[in-house]
Amino acid sequence: MEKSKKAMVLKRVQMPERAPGVRVTNFNEVALGYSPERAIQEASRCLQCKDSPCRRGCPVEVDIPAFVKCIKEGDFTGAIREIKKKNFLPAICGRVCPQENQCERFCVLGKKRDPLTIGGLERFAADHGRDKNPLDEPSKPKPTVKRVAVVGSGPAGLTVAGDLARVGHEVTLFEGLHKPGGVLVYGIPEFRLPKEIVEFEVDYVRQLGVEIKTNAVIGKLFTIDELFKRGYHAIFIGVGAGLPLFMGIPGENLDGVYSANEFLTRANLMKSYLFPEYDTPIKRGGRVAVVGGGNVAVDAARVALRLGADEVYLVYRRGEAEMPARAEEIRHAKEEGIIFEVLTLPVRLLGKNGWVCGMECVRVELGEPDESGRRRPIPIKGSEFALDVDVVVVAIGTRANPLLPSTTPGLELNERGYIVADEETGRTSREGVFAGGDIVTGAATVISAMGAGRKAARAIDEYLKK
Amino acid sequence: MFKIVKKEELTADVYLIELEAPDIARKAQPGQFIVLRIGERGERIPLTIADFDRAKGTISILFLVVGKSTRWLSDLRAGDHLVDVSGPLGKPSEIERVGTVLCAGGGVGIGAIHPIARAFREAGNRVIVVMGFRSKDLIVFEDEMRAVCDEFHICTDDGSRGFKGFVAQLVDKILKEDEVDLVYAIGPTMMMRTVCDTTRPHRIKTVVSLNPVMVDGTGMCGSCRVSVGGKTKFCCVDGPEFDGQQVDFDLLMARQKIYLEEEKLSMERYEAKGEGRRAKSERRVKDEKRKAEGECRKVKS
Repeated sequence: MEKSKKAMVLKRVQMPERAPGVRVTNFNEVALGYSPERAIQEASRCLQCKDSPCRRGCPVEVDIPAFVKCIKEGDFTGAIREIKKKNFLPAICGRVCPQENQCERFCVLGKKRDPLTIGGLERFAADHGRDKNPLDEPSKPKPTVKRVAVVGSGPAGLTVAGDLARVGHEVTLFEGLHKPGGVLVYGIPEFRLPKEIVEFEVDYVRQLGVEIKTNAVIGKLFTIDELFKRGYHAIFIGVGAGLPLFMGIPGENLDGVYSANEFLTRANLMKSYLFPEYDTPIKRGGRVAVVGGGNVAVDAARVALRLGADEVYLVYRRGEAEMPARAEEIRHAKEEGIIFEVLTLPVRLLGKNGWVCGMECVRVELGEPDESGRRRPIPIKGSEFALDVDVVVVAIGTRANPLLPSTTPGLELNERGYIVADEETGRTSREGVFAGGDIVTGAATVISAMGAGRKAARAIDEYLKK
Repeated sequence: MFKIVKKEELTADVYLIELEAPDIARKAQPGQFIVLRIGERGERIPLTIADFDRAKGTISILFLVVGKSTRWLSDLRAGDHLVDVSGPLGKPSEIERVGTVLCAGGGVGIGAIHPIARAFREAGNRVIVVMGFRSKDLIVFEDEMRAVCDEFHICTDDGSRGFKGFVAQLVDKILKEDEVDLVYAIGPTMMMRTVCDTTRPHRIKTVVSLNPVMVDGTGMCGSCRVSVGGKTKFCCVDGPEFDGQQVDFDLLMARQKIYLEEEKLSMERYEAKGEGRRAKSERRVKDEKRKAEGECRKVKS
């Protein structure tokens, strides 16, 4: 008895998933979430450690033991209330945070075997809060008559805006695209993060009193200086790292070659997987090669599969162990039949009548670590081969978009074009201008951007009190 | 939502729409463009700003119906709204005092060149305008263009008005007779290309405004990449204007054809379903009928 109970505590309660054969035919969500019974069972594994090491791994400082305790006791509304004290976007974070590198990494249970499924429980609480009784409206704080402009409505911007509205500042959130959410709407696919959920959580931020202005490309429609002139007392820049990188190999401008940003934006934001019901087209079917090894590459590969590709290759120049993508996503991709071509470097794209038709590659081996600490790929002579492809998606990363910085005199940038900002406060070289998220750090995660937003919001509040 | 304050059919399938967009009107400069979305299922399409009225808070776009989105746009009327208009995007034209500027516009490219010609004239340049159309029935913006230039030329492919021939031929003729310091050429890709081929031996800098496929229009997707002087550029943020003699027009033309099939399908569906204007008038007829029937029923009971 004692023994089996112990075993139960060590083993995580699995979250059900749609079968690979079914899910590749549509864009429905893959992970299905816990039932109440399973959630309670999983929550019961929590040791309620006094020093709660898990909280150290959470950039937005969610009181994890407290909300898990609520779930364990069946108080699901209490659980979501507890989470929302610190996190406005729990249904999103519960789905896309790399918990294995954050809260769950510090879980004491993980020392023996499986850490607590904190992400799964957060998702459960958030979904419960959405499905069931709507949460009581946040009480309106006393207005401070200070106005803040937040530029970019991705995870960093939403967090800053929510935090500052909660303490009574008047916040306007400017978004360049036609829908708020940033990478949550244009980047992460529906089957990993349903857009309905993003809309719900963005709406929550709106309910906190934040005014959202879409179609507002700051740097073009208004500059940062013009925003100050319009009466904003502080400005937060969280515009992300939006400019796609290409490989710089011959043939990259052939028809059928996409950046991951374009491919995903068409599919996610513009819903081109529903073409012709929706007007934005995308190339479907055929053989698709996605170049890269991060989450974006894996997302693009899985989107291509769902668009009806016959075969999808994931071409990565290092080994599988070196892939930056989450282990869970790599597993999902493999289950779905994506062909991994690792230790492979594309050298040239071949075309026929303007369309891409092949990708010439060379196999590589890993040599000594380079300055990034990762082992350098070295081409193996004589290992050249070609893949027949109809579509190529380049997912090798992004860089800073100069659109806003270039119109903001006095804003200090680093040598790669990212904004120089203090890590603890988001302060930039410009008085009253704060920044955080990918435009400061380079491409990272949703939750790290939210963490930066949380810190910046605190600093902005301090600044406005002066 | 962005209200259409005026819609005018200038010639067959060429329309002028004036939109209420005060913030964009305040910032718009010659050479810039907007990206618009007509409805919730619509695509994002880039269109050059043909005019802006800062006092009135409006911008105008001139467009030719080439596919479903532009057909749909042409079916709207004054008072209707577009869900999204974003801008002003792209770099403004570099307006300087250089001497004599020849502004050549073909087809709806006239819309884009109009504020540019005006700005060059206001900056103290002598402005020569060359307008080209397939035939005299398709001429648009003639009065507007005459008002912003010192010298006006017009040509038609069929010779039904003005010089008989293409824009590039007329430009060549002018360059042989006159001294020109800068050429601006905006219109169909083939027209811009031939003008650049014409001006190259004359060694006159020629600026063109490119129109590749775009999605966001802010540098995020790279769909609009073009090759200029052997380097890949993003038309939306690095352009849309480039030194035409450096542009790889073959690549541009190939990339403009990426979605030809899909565009055809969309258009066919739109026409077959009779969305837009026809669908609307049918709906209105039905509504009135239903209303009338409802009233009949009321009377009967």
